[in-house]
Amino acid sequence: MDWSLVFGNAVAELISPTTAAYALAAIGLAVHFGYTGLLNFGQAAFMAIGAYGFAVSILNFGFSFWGAIAVSIGLSIVFALILGIPTLRLRSDYLAIVTIASAEILRYVVSTTSMVGLTGGSNGLSAFGFQFYDMNPFPAGNYLFWPFDVTEKELWVRVVGWALVILASLLVLVMMRSPWGRVVKGIREDEDAVRSLGKNVYAYKMQSLILGGVLGTLAGIIFILPRAVQPANYGTGLTFFIWTVMLLGGAATVLGPVVGSMVFWVLLSLTDGILQGLVNIGVITFLTTDQIGPVRFILIGLGLMALVVFRPQGIFGNKKELQFNV
Amino acid sequence: MSQLKLQVTKRFAVSIGLLLAIFGLVLQVSPALAAGETDGPDSTSLSIGGIIKDGDVLLEGVQIAVTGDNFDATGTTGVDGRWVVGVPSKGEYRVTLLIETLPEGASLRDPNKITKTVKIDVVNTVNVLFTLNDTTSTTGGPGDKPAEAETNVFLGRLIAGLILGILLAMAAIGLSLIYGTTALNNFAHGEMVTMGALFAFTLNKLMGIDLLISAVLTMMLVAAFGWLQDATIWRPLRKRRVGLTQMMIVSIGLSLVIRYVFQIIYGGDTKVLSQGEIWNIAGVPTQAVNVISAGVGIVILLLVAAFLTKTRIGKATRAVADNASLAAATGIDVERIIRIVWVVAGALTGISGVMLGLFLQASWDMGFSILLLMFAAVTLGGLGTAFGAAVGALVVGLFVELSTLVIPSDLKFAGALVVLILVLLVRPQGILGKAQRIG
Amino acid sequence: MSNQISLGDASPGCQKVDPILVADNVSRQFGGLTAVNVAHLEIPRGKITALIGPNGAGKTTLFNLLTGFDKPTTGTWTFEGKNLAGVASYKVARLGMVRTFQLTKALSMLTVIENMRLGAQKQPGERFLAAMFRPLWSGFENRITVQAEDLLKRFKLDAKRDDFAAALSGGQRKLLEMARALMAEPKLVMLDEPMAGVNPALTQSLLDHIKDLKSNGTTVLFVEHDMHMVRHISDWVVVMAEGKIVAEGPPADVMKDQAVIDAYLGAHADIDLGTVSIKTVKDGE
Repeated sequence: MDWSLVFGNAVAELISPTTAAYALAAIGLAVHFGYTGLLNFGQAAFMAIGAYGFAVSILNFGFSFWGAIAVSIGLSIVFALILGIPTLRLRSDYLAIVTIASAEILRYVVSTTSMVGLTGGSNGLSAFGFQFYDMNPFPAGNYLFWPFDVTEKELWVRVVGWALVILASLLVLVMMRSPWGRVVKGIREDEDAVRSLGKNVYAYKMQSLILGGVLGTLAGIIFILPRAVQPANYGTGLTFFIWTVMLLGGAATVLGPVVGSMVFWVLLSLTDGILQGLVNIGVITFLTTDQIGPVRFILIGLGLMALVVFRPQGIFGNKKELQFNV
Repeated sequence: MSQLKLQVTKRFAVSIGLLLAIFGLVLQVSPALAAGETDGPDSTSLSIGGIIKDGDVLLEGVQIAVTGDNFDATGTTGVDGRWVVGVPSKGEYRVTLLIETLPEGASLRDPNKITKTVKIDVVNTVNVLFTLNDTTSTTGGPGDKPAEAETNVFLGRLIAGLILGILLAMAAIGLSLIYGTTALNNFAHGEMVTMGALFAFTLNKLMGIDLLISAVLTMMLVAAFGWLQDATIWRPLRKRRVGLTQMMIVSIGLSLVIRYVFQIIYGGDTKVLSQGEIWNIAGVPTQAVNVISAGVGIVILLLVAAFLTKTRIGKATRAVADNASLAAATGIDVERIIRIVWVVAGALTGISGVMLGLFLQASWDMGFSILLLMFAAVTLGGLGTAFGAAVGALVVGLFVELSTLVIPSDLKFAGALVVLILVLLVRPQGILGKAQRIG
Repeated sequence: MSNQISLGDASPGCQKVDPILVADNVSRQFGGLTAVNVAHLEIPRGKITALIGPNGAGKTTLFNLLTGFDKPTTGTWTFEGKNLAGVASYKVARLGMVRTFQLTKALSMLTVIENMRLGAQKQPGERFLAAMFRPLWSGFENRITVQAEDLLKRFKLDAKRDDFAAALSGGQRKLLEMARALMAEPKLVMLDEPMAGVNPALTQSLLDHIKDLKSNGTTVLFVEHDMHMVRHISDWVVVMAEGKIVAEGPPADVMKDQAVIDAYLGAHADIDLGTVSIKTVKDGE
């Protein structure tokens, strides 16, 4: 058993594109929940819209890279409007149920056999990233150092992914320090108070839903650039992981989602590696290697429960600035 | 404060421990589980099958090839015209009718449809229909035969929808009672359905206990689990005045934990619970056990209605659901009512799980797809009203099955969720709910 | 019983010389229960009007209806001649009719100064796209900060400027909520029980603030249980019982009104209130 490999893999997760994608999606969710108080349980749907909007535009309609991005963002805005119009006037738990239901609807639709020609059905889609990799400025070769050593393609995805994370963090920082951010934070705590001061609460919630949703959509694109689009990835599990990531770092903090994503993936990789190792060398006999996957989910579930009860403000959060209402 | 924290932490740990212990117990008495499946259709997890008939004549000895990822098998129809092929995992399969095995004179109505692609996803038993040219029928013109077939398809969907609706209603009432009395959106409710189905599978299929006794035992076990869940998780959280949103997220964590514990114990495949005779209901072949389930379900629903309207505890439950602080002021022990509600909800959801397991087959993640249908039912009927949940469940059940007449069957759950959103758009308080007082 | 506020004698639903708010036939039913049933009501401009009545008389519900926080079963009302029935609550506030709440809604997770800035109207930085570019709104932000600091000083909250509102006492939160409402520069302020829970040491300054509002030309309508306050500062009193307006008039006259005494005693709702009003009546005789 090569333990250095286990730790190396875990540390490498710090900069992996998946970590970046989760961080980006969690930043979007923080805009929804952490700052505005919207219970979005359909962040996976926004990511799926990014993935499918991008891949289908390129594969089926021959769009350019930028065209495909524009299509994804456009679809994401439309989706946010569809979600928001019926629910943002209602009690907040309706939004929770509608978002989770919409995410499932979307997953059923992209995996149905009747749409195989467009979405690839349950097989999903692949080979849509050529334009992205054609733009790669890094010449072929190996970059960085152990355990971060990567090829030029891997480096390119990481650079773009993390650049987006930084831009999104800055955007959220600027927005939340502006009068706009003041209004949405007021809405999070007591929308009637904000309404009584002449603010159109419904419009602000909608803007927040769109902003966080578009960030989720960009995350969905980053997520698929190094891999294929698989409909099974966009189940409710993905949404709950993003929630865990967001709550881990602190829902109402700018850096929280980013650090939350890093901690989440390093821990996940570490437990996976260690459990695999212990099973392989015969220390753990009550599990087979197939059962390690589920163990990780159980740990995530327990972590989520403990986090929300004992440290709802997350690692960085200030308890004064975030309480769960409703 | 820290004392309380410690206590909650301890309870938390104890609850998870107890939870695992229950599973352990079930696991221990079911050694066959670890050993894996025996063969034969009884224990086949996922299956593709169908009936081949020429008009009204059931055809024997027709072969059907099923191919998928690294999988290749052939099924042969028996005396009853039925064929079943067990498949190893969820996914897409190509099903081909081997025409050369058809008896003399029989042929496909549409020769291009010799191969069909089917997907096993939410539903674990897929029936594939190959329509043959009717060579046996001598009466009637060519015109009225398809019409009759269409009526049969419609009737079939209608019956399936009613059954699904009734089974769903029991679990949805459980969800609604919990929501009504504690305002908790319990995302772990689906796992009680799964628990019902899987425990019934363990008792009935693995330990060979009679189905009826298995069902009653399962109902009691899940009711006990409802009590345990409340005593170890929800009551301490209520005492600690943890917010409802936090509780909701706790229930999401809990559902992940339970679901994956099930996956570790039972594996990722589907367990077939149902087998048995087929009844002919209005010309539609329907599994007898599901018809009986629906009948028992109606009786249970009536009993619940009587419990809520006639008994003192039932009335108190509705009072708490209506206004907990007012109920407390009139001397009702709200905590006691909530405990009872968890037990009742557990029992209802457990038995619903057994029956849904018989109807849809059992798997570790069945509860979650059903959870959304339950939410749809509860929301359609008006959040927090038990009667509304039952009506909502019937609507959802019928809609899910009847929608397959129009939309592809792998989208039928999606259809029900679309209706949920549309209803919220037009009538947010649900079909039966009252408009809410603001401020 | 003539006065300078009503046209002719004071009576329930009487016309005013210069009304700012006129309501007609406003009713609200919850299930079978009629919470509010106001045939006609006019609020005089530039005056301080008290809305009193026993618990459950429908005062807060009427507030909610008039400000768009609840939908009436029937009724229309106008504010400065503009029809307000069916107008969203935030638009009501933008028109210059700003309210506070019985249960204080100071935003405890924002600082005191941020609470105040939130009250300002037409901050361009509250628009989504403009928010990203600080130069577009920083000038306005500076102006409203000065205005907010001035108000905080008047309300003796300037020392708390950068504290989270959660750190304030109940009375200070009431003051903050009122000061925040004034940031919107309203024409009509509607205060729902401004004195409830306020430390007696603060009541006098609070009364002074309300009187200041009047001298600045702002109309005030407030719900209150404290009869001393009602008598002390209001120009006009409207009495509600069981959803209806049962009496109206200058405070000294209303306190003597048999209908008012009946309303309080008949309701048995609040013994404290009853004794106060009876005592007041005796004082007047």
